[in-house]
Amino acid sequence: MITILGYPLPAILGQLILGLVNGSFYAILSLGLAVIFGLLRIVNFSHGAMYMIGAFVAHIILANFGLNYWVSLIVAPVTVGLLGVVIERVFLSRLRGLDPLYGLLLTFGLALIAEGVMQQKFGSSGIGYPVPALLQGAYNLGFMFIPIYRLWVVVVSIVVCLTTWLVIERTSLGAILRAATENSALTQAFGINVPVYLTATYAFGVGLAGLAGVLAAPITQVSPLMGSSLVVVVFAVVVIGGMGSIMGAIVSGIILGLLEGLTKVIYAEASTTVIFIIMAVVLLLRPVGLFGRE
Amino acid sequence: MGETMIKKIDYKLSMLALGLLIGTSCGAIIEAQAATDQVVIGDIDDMSAVYADVIGPKGIEAIKMAIDDFGGKALGNPITLLSADHQNKPDIGASKYREWADQSGLTMLLGGSNTGVSLAMAKVAGEKKVPFFAVGAAGSSLTNADCTPYTVHYSYDTTSLANGTATAMVQAGGKKWFFLTADYAFGTQLQEAATKVVLKNGGTVVGSVRVPLGTTDFSSFLLQAQSSGADVVGLSNAGTDFVNSLKSANEFGISKTMKPAALLAFISDIHALTLQTAQGLTLTTGWYWDLNDTTRAFGKRFFDKTGRMPTMNQAGYYSATLTYLTAVKAAGTTDPDKVMDALRSLKINDSFTSNGYIRKDGVMVHDMYVMEVKTPAESKAPWDYYKVIRKMDGEEAFGPLSDSTCKYAH
Repeated sequence: MITILGYPLPAILGQLILGLVNGSFYAILSLGLAVIFGLLRIVNFSHGAMYMIGAFVAHIILANFGLNYWVSLIVAPVTVGLLGVVIERVFLSRLRGLDPLYGLLLTFGLALIAEGVMQQKFGSSGIGYPVPALLQGAYNLGFMFIPIYRLWVVVVSIVVCLTTWLVIERTSLGAILRAATENSALTQAFGINVPVYLTATYAFGVGLAGLAGVLAAPITQVSPLMGSSLVVVVFAVVVIGGMGSIMGAIVSGIILGLLEGLTKVIYAEASTTVIFIIMAVVLLLRPVGLFGRE
Repeated sequence: MGETMIKKIDYKLSMLALGLLIGTSCGAIIEAQAATDQVVIGDIDDMSAVYADVIGPKGIEAIKMAIDDFGGKALGNPITLLSADHQNKPDIGASKYREWADQSGLTMLLGGSNTGVSLAMAKVAGEKKVPFFAVGAAGSSLTNADCTPYTVHYSYDTTSLANGTATAMVQAGGKKWFFLTADYAFGTQLQEAATKVVLKNGGTVVGSVRVPLGTTDFSSFLLQAQSSGADVVGLSNAGTDFVNSLKSANEFGISKTMKPAALLAFISDIHALTLQTAQGLTLTTGWYWDLNDTTRAFGKRFFDKTGRMPTMNQAGYYSATLTYLTAVKAAGTTDPDKVMDALRSLKINDSFTSNGYIRKDGVMVHDMYVMEVKTPAESKAPWDYYKVIRKMDGEEAFGPLSDSTCKYAH
């Protein structure tokens, strides 16, 4: 068997591929957080709850109306996005101009409420969600079987992330959004309705979390607490990438997923903490994050 | 005027306080007097998470069936039933047990799944002298290092599970083992027991990985197992952890190169996995609905009430309740020491077992069965899932009393 530094190559490749899948989730979620923080200066702690609600929407419409995975891919992010509109209009818009800590506490509280309500309604054991028929099965790569569904997740994630980056960095819509962040009074003076753009941005950011929830449902099951452990890791990813940096969130999401996979080969016990160790090191050496601007 | 007013209020308040004090202490006295002929059964289990399908809310149904079969009354008084969700947290389980013992006149507790919680509750049993029937917890330390004079261990333990499944798998040629272990007392005790059996039968253990309780994606842990080069992956977990790890093993084609060993699996797990995925598994069970006419009759009654066939632990809940009530009747009191004496002199013959008995260390010794999960073609009806490979008698399954390190055993 071929080895690299004493570790069998198939084991390394296998864990890297799984790391890539996990990294795809980190990327979509941290992208949403980065967009929201970058444009609204809100540390959205309810992101994990939105991810969970996305998965539940998929489960509920399948169980009650027989609407399948493909419908969920559209319906769940839209539903979560609309929920985001309500949250932004009712709560967050009132916090504008205040210390970001207020937004953090508010969204954290909303997350606890959402998780509590879902636990009350659905219990805390996970509910299975079937892999759609078209994506069932696995490819035999020789060193491992890779389920087709997981490859699909990677592809969707990369497409969604790059499209978002393009829209924000390369289109006039993105230019307006960036201008609104930079100087909202001046942007408004150009006749642009800034609050509407901010609401739409928040809705889009949480909609991405909802989409990630649907993607995750067949892999991790649908459960009320599925987001709460993930959101902490994703925040670490955003901090490493640089708060508010969109490309930073995408790239560091995928890289950290891969590093986590690699840690599983070398010293599995550290795999759940490696991201936080990296975060500490990055904060010491470069407090604005890898891609953040001073 | 203001001062007298305040004095009046003061006076009223102090009288009220006095009244309350007298009232509560009277209540306590009455309760203490009533305690010897009032049976209060408590059930503390995982009602909503990974183990909820193993016993959970449907286990309460099994207790009610036993109470009904006993006539609903014991020592002339109606039987009270309390239940709570321990959420897999030892401190919640222990404090609920303590609260019921102090305030609700609890006379017997059924402790459901989760060894960690049951170990914490066993301490309370010793302290409060309230008989404790551990039905879902597998850890055999409950009747060894952590035993109490008031603990009864029902259904199975890590020793008997390992003696069943691990022996069968090693003898069938699975010599090299890798363990995937739930990261708490239960997982480690089960791994330890299985390791002993593997080594004794000439096998080796090449590695292990500990996985947090409630993990949903087992794929990376399974890849670790696969790259270890072992023939058998010992699944030292239970409930939805077991279901999810076996699902991942199939999804990633790992069950093609290694044989999964189900060290603790329930019929509810097989039902969730479906036979297509679970076929061919070797597992050990303390009870199965399709063993004989008595088990079939109980299975049918339970099914009619709940829409599911009982797991071995739900059947164990029924039997433990009935056995306790029989002992109370024989002792003529709920006094814990007298009841425990009565329990140890009973022969247990019911829908759960025949000729079962409770040993000094607390083990309820009974036959155990090594099963193979049927293929979809072999299964003739819903819930027709197992065929018996081997029956182990109680002594073989649980080991001799002389092996017990419980200080009350000898």
